[in-house]
This record gives sequence, structure tokens and C-alpha cells, in this order.
Amino acid sequence: MTNKEWPLWEVFIRSKQGLSHKHFGSLRASDEKMAIENARDVYTRRSEGISIWVVESSNIVASDPSKADSLYDPSNSKVYRHPTFYDVPDGIEHM
Amino acid sequence: MNSLFEYLVRLGDDSLILGHRLSEWCGHGPILEEDIAMTNISLDLIGQATTFLEHAGKVEGKGRSEDDLAFLRYQKDYKNLLLVERPNGDFGVTMMRQFLFDAFRKPLFERLVNSKDEQLSAIAAKSLKETTYHLRHSSEWVIRLGDGTEESHQRVQDALDELWKYTAEMFVEDEVNQNLTENGIIPSMEGLKEEWNATVTSVLDQATLTIPTNNWEQHGGRNGKHSEHLGFILTELQYMQRAYPGMEW
Amino acid sequence: MSSRIRIFVVELLSQMKEQDISELERIFQEKIDQDIKIEPKDWMPDNYRKTLIRQISQHAHSEIVGMLPEGNWITRAPNLRRKAVLLAKVQDEAGHGLYLYSATETLGADREDTIDDLHSGKAKYSSIFNYPTLTWADMGAVGWLVDGAAIMNQVPLCRCSYGPYARAMVRVCKEESFHQRQGYEIMMTLMSGTIEQKEMAQDALNRFWWPSLMMFGPPDTDSKHTKQSMEWRIKRHTNDELRQMMVDFTVPQAEAIGLTIPDPDLKWNEEKGGYDYGEIDWDEFWNVVKGNGPCNKDRIDTRRKAKENGAWVREAANAHAEKRKDRKIA
Ligand SMILES: [Fe+2]
Ligand SMILES: [Fe+2]
Ligand SMILES: [Fe+2]
Repeated sequence: MTNKEWPLWEVFIRSKQGLSHKHFGSLRASDEKMAIENARDVYTRRSEGISIWVVESSNIVASDPSKADSLYDPSNSKVYRHPTFYDVPDGIEHM
Repeated sequence: MNSLFEYLVRLGDDSLILGHRLSEWCGHGPILEEDIAMTNISLDLIGQATTFLEHAGKVEGKGRSEDDLAFLRYQKDYKNLLLVERPNGDFGVTMMRQFLFDAFRKPLFERLVNSKDEQLSAIAAKSLKETTYHLRHSSEWVIRLGDGTEESHQRVQDALDELWKYTAEMFVEDEVNQNLTENGIIPSMEGLKEEWNATVTSVLDQATLTIPTNNWEQHGGRNGKHSEHLGFILTELQYMQRAYPGMEW
Repeated sequence: MSSRIRIFVVELLSQMKEQDISELERIFQEKIDQDIKIEPKDWMPDNYRKTLIRQISQHAHSEIVGMLPEGNWITRAPNLRRKAVLLAKVQDEAGHGLYLYSATETLGADREDTIDDLHSGKAKYSSIFNYPTLTWADMGAVGWLVDGAAIMNQVPLCRCSYGPYARAMVRVCKEESFHQRQGYEIMMTLMSGTIEQKEMAQDALNRFWWPSLMMFGPPDTDSKHTKQSMEWRIKRHTNDELRQMMVDFTVPQAEAIGLTIPDPDLKWNEEKGGYDYGEIDWDEFWNVVKGNGPCNKDRIDTRRKAKENGAWVREAANAHAEKRKDRKIA
């Protein structure tokens, strides 16, 4: 008997309305319906979620951590993207 | 005889005994994910049993709790379907048993939501949500196994052949049902069997399985005439209550 | 290329590699020292990876084998509430096993291979699960002591240096919190019951006390992995530190409900602010680890059988998925 493993799936769950889906973990399933059901049974036993995404792990393209410097460091210097970069005089509200 | 009590006991016992059977799988499932899934179904069923039997005890009015009813009756007083006391067999038997039962339970609860008995209606509404999920889960498995490998097809076809004769008992209308319908406590069950038939035909068709032609009907559970299997279930279920009578746990 | 030049190039390359690796190792240890988590695709020393795979998969196996001694009592639970609680608890352990196997998979260890190592006896799991559960009170003792000890082991692991392991442990610890409580509640109920029930509870404590203390592993003097694991922050306390904590926490809990810890040498030590306790039978411990425990064979046989009996199911699901894919394409 061939014993090929079921594919691995990554599970993303929206824990409540208004929040984005967040990576929860992974599991094995032979097809997408089973992946959704298994995700429901494994990762929402305590009402942790209201919406589930599953993605076959092999379909995820990841960035290379050794290139992290070139990918993410440049934005560290762009402090002007953050509101705290700007001085606002005391007493000015709603800004 | 109190028809509502009797009816609630039937509903409760179906859930209790099938929940017991599924709980036997815990730790032994074909893969971890499915172990967890079956336990979820078992937990739903034991929860249903608890609420049905609690309500039954109140309706009876003799001060019996859900635990008294679940653990301290004699075999002949359990009123579950013979189908749900069938042994687990392999995973194919378990899923086929589950599917045949879920396909009956879902339209049943859809009707019972309209019961004039408020508590029964509330329990049915909650159970309906659970059962809808169970039916989806078991249908998908029946299809996977039926339309899977040659071996799985054969196994699940054998399961269907074995279990088929126990399905007719789900639709028996006796004086208990009739009493309740006449008094407007439960709605009419018209069309229930047809709906079940439609679900079963559609799923078995997708599963490439053949509906057995043997139409022999095996009844008994609803009247307390059980198979040999229930005695062994009760031996475990009642062990603590019988060995240490009257204690709190 | 002449062979001399080739040898030179190869040497040069390996020198560069060594330099690279020691540089990578330095960066790695720096991250660890600053409590920056290591993530799956980050560079890590081979031994760090191996140690983690060993530790996490052992932990996963313990969760899964650990389902069996309690699973024993699901069909015999004394009332509906206890039955549902026990079922949910054992199910949680399956979930914990799954989260942990997933964490090992991020390190490149395949789940089924890992499980095969368990079944062949190559991989270990917590020795506590090789003791039998003989009475209902054992459900109390196991929840209270075994899950209690597990929590003590696991809480520090939520800060472990490997990201996926730490995150799995956060989930596990959240879920564990009811396990210990339900166990203690069972014991408490028994201790306020009849004489038979009190005896049952005391007997369970007598059988599970010492094996629970053994759960923290051999004494620090004999523990071969502790030092490196502490440096890598995949372990945060030594075995003996955790064991001492366990004793100090548990003794008052036992006393509060009228149970007696089965240790004549147990005595409060004012100076160290903890209890002194008697000699642990390490000979028994090593024997149970080696396979001579009362249930080792039964436990592994059961798990192996579950896997074998499920093979046709897993295969059928694969075959069905293939057929559906083909139909979609056609
Ligand atoms: Fe656990
Ligand atoms: Fe636990
Ligand atoms: Fe654990």
C-alpha cells in the first residue's frame, strides 16, 4: 500500500469581524473541503474564529530571510511615514 | 404513558448511544485531524443527550435527573435506534452509520424547531446547527471512501449493506408520535422519509455506491428490544454508577 | 583546471565556508541572547535544529500517547458532565500533538516519519504514560499532577527561542489551564465523598506521585542536554528547579483537600524556602524509559494499530482527491 501523506495546509483565521485573518498553524488534509473542516475542528474548538482561509503550504511563496536587510531595512529610515515624525504645537487637538 | 417523555428519551438515547460509540474512537482515529473531528461530533451528541434527557426528566416529573436517566435505567428502558448501537467496525462502517443517521436527524430537527414545546424547540434549534455540520462531514467521507480506491469502495459498500436494514426504524410512526402530532406538540413528519431518501440517493450516487435491494427491516430499539451490543455498552457506561451506587462524582 | 589548482580552490572554499559558518553562528547566538526569535527559514546550527526536532517531537508523542491512559475512562466516566469534560480534555491533547508535529515540520521533519520513529521505539515520550489508569480517581490524579507538571514544563517554553515552538506552546498552555483544574476538582469531589471515594483518591495519588516527579527528567547532575539547551534558550529551567517548584506548589494543594503525599521524608525547609523530599527511584525511571514500564508495549501497539487501520482511509482520500483533480482538468 502506498502511503503518500496528505498535503500540508496553512490555516488563517479571522477571530472576529473587523480583524484580518491571522496565521494559526498548519494541518494535513486530502482536499480543500477537508482542510476547511479540519481547520474548524482543530483550531476553533474554543470559538477562536468566524472565518477560515486555508492555503496549501506548497503554494506559499516566502521571502528569503538572508535578504531581509535589503527588503526591510530601507523603510526603517523613512520615519516621515509615521505621524510621530511631525511636531504639532501643544493645544492642537483632533490631529 | 407520557408520550412527550417517551419521545424525548428516544431523542436523548439516540444521541447518547451514538456519542458513546464515537467516543470509543478517541485516540484511535485514522489520522489526528479526524480523531479530533470525531471527538467533536461525539461531544455534540453527548451535549444533546444531556439536554434531551434533562428535559425528559422534568417532563416526567418524578425527580429523575439527566444522569439518572443516562446511567440508571435497565436495558429495556433505553429507546435508541438499533442503528446507533451497531459496533464501530472500521472507519467505513462508522462513517456510513453516521451519514445514514445524520441524513435523518437534520430534517427531523428542522421540523422539531417548530415544536410547540418551547424547550424541545430550543434544543432542536441548537442541535440542528450541529447536525448540519455532522451531515456535511459524514457525506464527504462517504463520497471519498466510495469513490476512492477499490478497497475503500468495497469496505464502505459492505458497510452500507450491513446497516441498511436498520434505517427503516427511523421512520416508524407509533402511538407516541401520533399522540404528540395530534396534540400539536410536534409538527407532522410528512416528507421526512422522502427528504432522507433524496439525501441518501444523492450522496450514495456521488460515492458510486449501490443502494441495497434487500428491503428487510430490522426494528426493536424504539420498543426497548435491543441487539446484544447494547448490554456491553451499558456495562461500560453504567460501570461507576452501578459499582458505587448513590455517590457524587 | 589542474588538480593542484582544484585542491587549492576546494580548500579555499571550505575555509570560506568555515568562516561564514562561524559568522552565522555568532549572529545566531547574538539573536538568541537578545531574545530575538529564530524563525523556520533563518540560518541555524545543525545541532540546534536536531535538538529541537528531538525535543518537540518527543513532546508531540507524549501528547498523543498521553491520550490513551485517560481515553481508557471516557466510556466509563461516572456522569455526563465528567464524560464531556474528559472527552474534551483528551481531544485537546490530540490538538497539542498536532500543533507540535506542525512545529517539527517547519524544521523539515516529516510528520509520518516522526511518528514511525515513535512506533519503532526509536523516539521517546514521557514515561508517565506507561503507567496504567486503574480507577476513576486516576483521572483526577492525572489531570492534577501530570497536567500540572506538564504546565510547569511548558510555561517557560512559551518564551523558547524557536518561534513556531514558542507559538505552539502559547496555544497549548492556554488550553492546558482547564486540564489541571478539572483533575483537581475530581480529587476534591472524591475527598468530600464517601470512605471508598477518599481511599480511591489517596490510592491514585500514591501511585502517581513519584512518576509525576520523574516527569521532569533525570537530576541535573545526569542530564546530558541541559547546558546547551539552556544556552540556546530552548530550555529555561533545569529539571531539578522545575521539580522543586512542582513539589512546593503541590503539597499545599494536597493538604487543602486532606490528601497525604506518599513521602515520609517530605519536610518544609525554612532555609531554602521549599520542601525537602525523598529519594526518587531513578532505577525505576530508566527502566520505564527503556520499555519495562507496565504499559509501554500496550501504548505503542495501540498507536501503531491506529495508524495501520487508518492506512486504507488515508489512501482512499488521496485517490479521491486525485480523481477530482483529473475531472476538473478534463
Ligand atoms: Fe497537552
Ligand atoms: Fe493536558
Ligand atoms: Fe503536554
